[in-house]
Amino acid sequence: MPRNLRTVILLSFLVLLHLALLLPGFFAPYDFAQQNRDLPFAPPTRLHFIDATGAWHAWPFVHPLQPNVDGSDGYTEDVTQAYPLRLFVRGNAFQIVGPWNAHVHLFGVQSPGHIFLFGTDDFGRDELSRILFGGRISLFAGILGASAALSVGALLGVLSGFYSGWTDAVIMRTSELFLALPWLYLLFAVRAILPLRIKTTDAFLLFIVVVGLVAWARPARLVRGIVLSARERHFALAARAMGASNFHVLRYHIFPETYGVLLTTAALLIPQFVLAEVTLSFLGLGVGEPIPTWGNLLIPMQKYSVLRSYWWLCLPAFALVLLFLAYHWASTTVQEALGEVRS
Amino acid sequence: MNRWPTRFMLLVAGSLAAGAAASRLSAAPQDYAIEAGEGQAGGRLVVALRSEPKTLNPILSVDATSREVIGALNADLVHINRATQRTEPALAKSWTISPDGKRYVLQLRQGLKFSDGAPFTADDVVFSFALYLDEKLHSPQRDLLVIDDHPISVKKLSDYTVEFDLAKPYGPAERLFDGLAMLPKHLLEPAYREGRLAQAWGTTAQPQELAGLGPFRLKLYVPGQQLVLERNPNYWKRDQNGKPLPYLSELTFVFVANEDSQVIKFQTSETHLLERVNADNFAVLQKDAKTKGQCLLDLGPGLEFQFLVFNQNQLDAAKFAELTAKQTWFRDLQFRQAVSLAMDRRAMARLVYGGRATPIWGHVTPGDKLWLNDKLPHPERSIEKARQTLRDAGYSWNSGGALLDLQHRPVQFSILVSSSNAQRSKLAALAQDDLRQLGMDVQVVPMEFRALVDRLLNTKDYEAVLMNLVNGDVDPTPEMNLWLSSGETHLWDLGETKPATAWEAEVDRLMEAQMTTSDPAARKKLYDRVQELAAQNLPLIFLVSPNILVAAQSTVGNFHPAILEPYVLWNADQLFLRRTGAAQCP
Repeated sequence: MPRNLRTVILLSFLVLLHLALLLPGFFAPYDFAQQNRDLPFAPPTRLHFIDATGAWHAWPFVHPLQPNVDGSDGYTEDVTQAYPLRLFVRGNAFQIVGPWNAHVHLFGVQSPGHIFLFGTDDFGRDELSRILFGGRISLFAGILGASAALSVGALLGVLSGFYSGWTDAVIMRTSELFLALPWLYLLFAVRAILPLRIKTTDAFLLFIVVVGLVAWARPARLVRGIVLSARERHFALAARAMGASNFHVLRYHIFPETYGVLLTTAALLIPQFVLAEVTLSFLGLGVGEPIPTWGNLLIPMQKYSVLRSYWWLCLPAFALVLLFLAYHWASTTVQEALGEVRS
Repeated sequence: MNRWPTRFMLLVAGSLAAGAAASRLSAAPQDYAIEAGEGQAGGRLVVALRSEPKTLNPILSVDATSREVIGALNADLVHINRATQRTEPALAKSWTISPDGKRYVLQLRQGLKFSDGAPFTADDVVFSFALYLDEKLHSPQRDLLVIDDHPISVKKLSDYTVEFDLAKPYGPAERLFDGLAMLPKHLLEPAYREGRLAQAWGTTAQPQELAGLGPFRLKLYVPGQQLVLERNPNYWKRDQNGKPLPYLSELTFVFVANEDSQVIKFQTSETHLLERVNADNFAVLQKDAKTKGQCLLDLGPGLEFQFLVFNQNQLDAAKFAELTAKQTWFRDLQFRQAVSLAMDRRAMARLVYGGRATPIWGHVTPGDKLWLNDKLPHPERSIEKARQTLRDAGYSWNSGGALLDLQHRPVQFSILVSSSNAQRSKLAALAQDDLRQLGMDVQVVPMEFRALVDRLLNTKDYEAVLMNLVNGDVDPTPEMNLWLSSGETHLWDLGETKPATAWEAEVDRLMEAQMTTSDPAARKKLYDRVQELAAQNLPLIFLVSPNILVAAQSTVGNFHPAILEPYVLWNADQLFLRRTGAAQCP
C-alpha cells in the first residue's frame, strides 16, 4: 500500500475514533448510567435479517430478551416481537459541550425493545455505551497527561540543551531522579493524599496532571539531545553571527527542530497515560461508579465468574488494543515522514 | 468477606464440638458423649481459609479465622448445636438452674483428658473463667459474662461440680456457656501468673505447648502456607457404634486469600469444603457440579444483613463543619424514611446476589425464625412516595432536579464501602442510582476495610457507610452492644451518655428487660417491640440478607452445614471422607 494512502486511512481512523470518544452521546444508544435492572448480563443483541416465519428482511431488526423460563442463568429471544433498527433516533439527552444538549443518537430501537450490541453489565447497563463514554475519560487522561509531560519536558529540555553548563547538569540530574521513581507507587501515594470527598473526576484530572508533570524526564532528555546538536549546526551559528538574540535563535531556529520528536513522543505518551488511567481504575483507585472509564470497565474481569460466563465484558480490552495500535502506527508514520523530510 | 470485628459479632464463637447427654463406663471411667452419625475413620480433609489465624489463644481471639481454628481445638461446657440451634451438653453433662434464675450448677463429665493427656477437672473451669473475666486481658468474651455490671462468680463445689452465680437472671440462660473454650490450667497458669498470658499460644507456639478438649490438636503450622491439625486421641465423643470421634485423622487449613482462587482450588479438588461462596461463584460451580461430583447447598437466609447507616454522632462542629451541617438531614427521620423507600431491595437481591438473598425491612433476618417479628410492615419501593415524604419534610428540587434542603443547599453526601467486597460495592452502586432518582448527589467511596471501620468507630469522619453485621446467635442478647445507647457498636451515634431520643430510651429498657427475663414468650414480646422501633426509626436502613451458600466434594460424609457460624465445620468431629460407597449429597 502506498504510504500516502496508508496515512490517509490511519488518519481517518484516528479522527473517527476520537470523534466517537469525544462525542460518545451521539454514537452510544443509551446513557452510560442507565440501568435495566431486569436485564443484567444480557449477551450482545443479535441483529436479524430473517424473521420467525423464515422471511428475509432488507433492514435488520432485533427481538426482545426474556429470562430463561427454566430459571437458569441467561436469556432467550422472544421471536414473536421484533423491533427494526433505526438510525438517528431520539433518545436520552446528552451533553455535547457546555450547556448544549442533544437528543439524537446514531442508532437505536423503539422502546420497549433494547439494543445492546456489546451486551450489558451486572446492572443491565449497555456495555457499548459505557465503552464509548469510558473512552472519553481515558483518552482525555491520556491527552492531558501527555500534554503536561511534553510541555514541561520540552521547556526543560530546550533550556538544558541550549544553556548547558550547570543548568544542564541540574536539570539532567533531576530528570534522572524522576526517571528512577517507580510510577505505579507514586500513583498510589498521590491517590492516598487526595481528600475523600473531592469529586472523583476532579480528583482524577488533578492527579493525571500531577503524574504528567512527573513524567517530563524522558521527553526532556530527547529534546535536549536535539537542541544540543542543532545549536552547533551552521544555520544556528549563522543566525548568531548575524547578531540574533538567544530567544530568537531558540524560537526560530532550534525549537522547530524538535517538533518531529515531540510529535512522535506524543503518539507514544498518550497511550502510556491511557494505560496509567486503566491501571489505576482497574485497581479501584481511579474514577468510581457510575462513571465508566476503560480501566474500571475492566474491573469485572478480575472475577472468576465473569471470565467463565460473560465474555462480552472483556470487550473494553479490545477497545484499548485498537487505540494503542492506532497510536503506535501514527508514531511510526510520523517517524517515517520525518526521515523522508530529512533525507 | 469482611467480618465485623467487634464484640457484637463475638458470639459468633468458634466451632466447638457438639455432644449429646449420655455416659458410658469403660475401663477408665470416662463420660463419652454418643453421636448418632456413622463414618469411616482416617483421611485428611483440606479446607481453605481467607487469612491466617492471628492467634490460637481463645482468650484473645477476635477474628473469624482464629475462632474457626480455635473451635476445632477446643470445647465448651454447654454447646449450641448449630443444626438445631438449641443447647446441648458438652463438657458439662448436665446442669440445674435455681428457681430465681441466678444460680447455675454444672456437672462435668468425668475422666476427660486434654489432648496432652492431663485430666480435666473443675479447677480448669474455674481457671478458664478467671481468665475470661480478668479485666487486664481484655478478653472480648468478658462483656457477656458481666451481667448488670457484676461479673459472674464461679465456685468449685467438687472436682466435677461447678457453681455459677449471676447478679440477675439471664434470659438466654445456658447459651451463655457456648463458645467459651475450657483451658488447661496446668499449661497456662505459669504464664498467667507471670503476666505473659497475652503472649501465650500465639501462632509461633509449638504443638506441645498447646492442649485442648476439642476434636483436633495442633500438628504443624507453616506460616503463609498451611496449618495442620491431627485427631485428638483423648477426645470425649464416640459414634453410636462406639467408634471414637473424630473420624478424620487430619484437618488441614490452607491459606488462600482470594475467594476466586478458593473456588478454583475447590474445582480442582485441592480442597474439600467451601465455607462461604458468593452467588456469582455459586452459579459458576453449579454449571459443572454434577460432572465434578460436588454438593452445592443454598441454606437460605443466614443471620447476616446489609445496611446503610448515616452518621448521627455528636461531633465537634468546629472540626467537622460540613459534616455537622449535613447531619441535620441524617437526623431527620423523614429523610431516612425517604431513603429507605427509594431502596430497590428486590433488585439488590436479584442483581447482586443472583436472587440468593432476601430483602429485609428490619434487623432480624428471615434465617432467625425463632425471633423474627413477622408483623413488621414491608413498605414497597416507591420513588413517588419517597419524594412526597421529602416534600412533606420541607425539601424541594431545583430546575435541574437536584434535591435541596430547607436552607436550599443541595443534598450531597458520600457512602463509604469496603473496597475488598465486590457485593457491597454493587449494593452501593444500586443505592446511589436509587438516590439519584430522588435528586440526591451521592458518591460511592471504596475504602480499605480497616480504614473504614476506623472512621466508623473511632474518628467518626464519614457521612454514610454501607456494611454488614452478622447476628452471633439466634438470640437477642448478643445484640446488646448494638442497641443499647451506651453500646460499643451503637453505630449511628456512638458514646451516648444518655439516650439521645425517646425511642432509644425505650429500646434500652426493652433490651435490658429481655436480658433478665427467663420466660421465652415474654422475651419475644419485648424483642418484637425492639424490632418495631428499629423499623420505625431507621437508625440503620436495612437492605438485604444474603443466603448462606456452601459447597463440599461429594466424598465428604456427614456434611450438614448450618446457618450459624462456622457453617460447615461445626461438626468437624463427625465429618469423614468416603473411600467406598456411592458419593451423595445431603
